[in-house]
Parts: sequence; structure tokens; C-alpha cells
Amino acid sequence: MSDKMIEVNKLNKSFGDLHVLKDIDFQVEESEVVVLIGASGSGKSTMLRCLNFLEMKNSGEVYIKGKQIDPKKDNLNQVRQQVGMVFQHFNLFPHMTVLGNVIEAPTQVKGVSKAQAKKDGQELLEKVGLGNKANDYPSRLSGGQKQRVAIARALAMKPEIMLFDEPTSALDPELVGEVLATMKDLAQEGMTMVVVTHEMGFAREVADRVVYMHDGKIVETGAPKDLFENPKEERTQAFLSSIL
Amino acid sequence: MYLYSANFWTALIDSRGIFFEAAQMTLALTAVSILIAIFIGLLFAFMKISKIKPLEWLANIYIYVVRGTPLIVQIFVFYYGLTEIWMISGFWSVALGLAFHNGAYIAEIFRGAIQSIGKGQTEAGRSLGMSGNLTMRRVILPQAFRRALPPLGNQFIIGLKDSSLAAFIGVSEIFAVATTQGANTFDYMTWLLVSAVWYLILVFLLTLVVSAIEKKMAVSD
Ligand SMILES: Nc1ncnc2c1ncn2[C@@H]1O[C@H](COP(=O)(O)OP(=O)(O)OP(=O)(O)O)[C@@H](O)[C@H]1O
Ligand SMILES: [Mg+2]
Repeated sequence: MSDKMIEVNKLNKSFGDLHVLKDIDFQVEESEVVVLIGASGSGKSTMLRCLNFLEMKNSGEVYIKGKQIDPKKDNLNQVRQQVGMVFQHFNLFPHMTVLGNVIEAPTQVKGVSKAQAKKDGQELLEKVGLGNKANDYPSRLSGGQKQRVAIARALAMKPEIMLFDEPTSALDPELVGEVLATMKDLAQEGMTMVVVTHEMGFAREVADRVVYMHDGKIVETGAPKDLFENPKEERTQAFLSSIL
Repeated sequence: MYLYSANFWTALIDSRGIFFEAAQMTLALTAVSILIAIFIGLLFAFMKISKIKPLEWLANIYIYVVRGTPLIVQIFVFYYGLTEIWMISGFWSVALGLAFHNGAYIAEIFRGAIQSIGKGQTEAGRSLGMSGNLTMRRVILPQAFRRALPPLGNQFIIGLKDSSLAAFIGVSEIFAVATTQGANTFDYMTWLLVSAVWYLILVFLLTLVVSAIEKKMAVSD
């Protein structure tokens, strides 16, 4: 048992011969915002994807809200309703309108009435500043707008945990701010968040904790101020100086 | 001897009644066979991308056989095979033969279209708690169908023209009527040209329908 929102023990994941996650131990408290950093290929995305079972671990334990999840026995569709995910490339459904994207899962999965879902969806769109785009198709939106729709779409399932995999990496620099602002609002409302990002400003300002990964292991973890200003491990120092 | 004037234009106009009927037969044959072929095509496309190996093999064999044998042979196999065991009409045996044939090509069209939709779409659906089937039905298939439309339209046109082979089974569609007229008048060339005009008209109409559907589905661009 565990009273954490997420708890991961001795998690291992390989792709064929490639051992990507090595004995990962990791916890996230309720309302905590954790930022994952690390070099390309260090396993950040894989780690995140193991938390909502888009990737299946090879060994180890994953607890979501105190319950150990067994992919063979548990209904992963229900687990995923509690764990929203936002992708680098948005992955909006191009054949549905913005509002259509947002109401799709509530109506199809949870059986929410269309009228109710539209009402809730419109509210969510207002919240991410896109109330006036409800009837547009995604192809008409900028990257930043697309990503905010993707956030609204994930929130429509009322998840208790949100995972973000480099949500701003595919955006033009001038569009990064609006997405980070939306995420910051979410953090302030108490959402539990795990965020993979290269935006160190966001990490400093919003994260409760920063986790540095290298070569499939968690090398160091700490409050942003401590980790950025006084990294204990040489690896962390080297990584930080390479990106700052 | 000449029921109709040997003049092409007079022939075309004077015979419009019987060819209009024959065109309806051609259209019925095409519509029925294409509808069944779409169903077969979807089924075999799913079998081909299925993780269950025997299903994939079965689909491969089917597609291999259809591609590797002449359509006229397939149609006659269906005709002699089915009429014997099933007491089925010539029309239906040809319709099923054409469906069997077009189904294989449509299966490949659907498979290609489904596989061309990026993995991110499936992941987005699954991450929202949608099941694999629901994601396929609501997210992947609508996009795949849209992408499949141009090659599908092409296949429909091929199917329409291939329905002329039903003439060899005695179905009175356009080509059958043309050859009968030709035999009666000893003027094959005129009547073949008349049939060609009718096929062109039908293909033109079919093209209009397909592009109307394409336009309708393009609203999200
Ligand atoms: N589906 C897969 N099949 C095979 N190898 C994979 C797969 N997904 C990831 N990998 C490999 O696993 C390693 C870790 O990948 P991962 O995507 O988790 O890294 P990352 O830290 O997110 O990197 P980036 O910053 O580039 O996104 C990489 O070497 C990658 O090539
Ligand atoms: Mg990554």
C-alpha cells in the first residue's frame, strides 16, 4: 500500500536488448509537480509512458493512488482515465472539431450526455483561453492553441494525475509561454503533474521537485533551487552546464 | 435487316430505352458487388493487420489468389460453382464473383490507409481511456476512410467497367445488349461505340459522387 499518487518500485523496461529503465524508484505526492529532466535517450518518455501503461514494464511495481496496477488483471482503460497525458505533437483528432476532441472521451467512454459534455467542454476551452475556437478544426489552430486544446481534452476526463511529455518542444518559441501558463494554472489548482521538459524556467518556478535522469536511472532529485544551484552529482552538474 | 440506322448518332438516340435499362442493370451489379466488396475488404484488412498469424495468412492467401488469377476465371468459377450448389441467379453469381475480386483490392486499400494513420492517434485515444476497438472505430477508421477514398473511387470505376464481364453469363447489362444489337444488325462497331458512351456516362457520374463525398469529408482541412 501507499498513500502517494504515484509510486514506482524497481521499475525495469527494455526494448529488446536495450535496457532503458533500470531499477527506477519514484514517488509523486498529491498535488506535487515533478519535472523530469535528462539528456535525449535517457528514458524520460519511456518512464512517463510506463505510468499510464502505453509502455509495459518488464518488472517492478507501479502504484496509482495507492493501488498496485497489474496490466494483466486490471482494466487499464479505467486506470488511464485517472492519468491524463499530453504529447509533444499534440495528437489532436484532426477529423473532429476542437469541442469534438474535448467531448469525445467523456461521451464515448464515460457515457456523459452530449449536452453535458459540451457544456463542460466549453468551460474547459474557456479555461485554456480557447472558448471561441470550439467549432474550428485543429488544422486551423496554431501549435500553442493545439496544445492547449490537448490539455483541455485530457482534463475533460477529470484525471487526478497529468503527464506531460515535452509539451512545448514542438512549438515556435513565441508560442511556448501560453502553454506553460496554462500548465502553471493547472499546477496552482492542485493538479498532480509529472512534466518532461527542457524549460528550466518553468521547472524553477512551478516544480516542487526536479528529477534528473541519466541512462535509465534517476541520478539526483531535489527542490529546483537546490538541484539547479547546488547539484550534488557530477553528472547533474555536467548536464546542467550543458543546457544553461 | 437493319433495325437501326447504321449512323452512330441515330443508333445512340434511338436505342436509349434499352440501354437505359441495361445501364440500370450495370449499376445494380456494380453497386451490389462494391458494397459487398467493401465489407469483405474491411474484414480482410483487419485480418491482415491482426496479431493473430493464421488470420493474416488467410488474408494473404486470399489476396494472392485474387491477384494471381484472371477475373473472368473467377467469375466463371463463381457461376458454375454457385449456381450448382445454391440455385443462385446469374446476376448474383456474377455480383458475388465481382465482390470477391474487388474485395481483395479494397482490403489492400483499407490496410494501407489504416496503417498510414500515425501511432500518435492511437496513443491519444488510449491515453484518454478509450478501448482499442473504440479508438479504431472513432479515431482511426474515419481518418483512414478519408485517406482511402481516392484509391477506393478508382477501384469503384474499375469495378463498374469489369461488370461488363457479366455479359458472358447472360446478364443483360450494357455490354451484353451491345453485342446482341451488333449480332442482330451485323454492325458491331456502332453498338460497341454506343456501349462505350454509356460506360463513359456512368463513370462520369460515379466520379462526381466520389468527389462529392471527398469534398464533404474535407471540411476538417
Ligand atoms: N518503442 C521503442 N522501441 C525501441 N526502442 C525505443 C522505443 N522507445 C524508446 N526507445 C529507446 O529507448 C531509449 C529511451 O528513449 P526515451 O524516448 O524514453 O528517451 P527520452 O529521454 O524521452 O529522450 P528524448 O529527450 O529524445 O525524448 C532510447 O534509446 C530510445 O531509442
Ligand atoms: Mg522523450
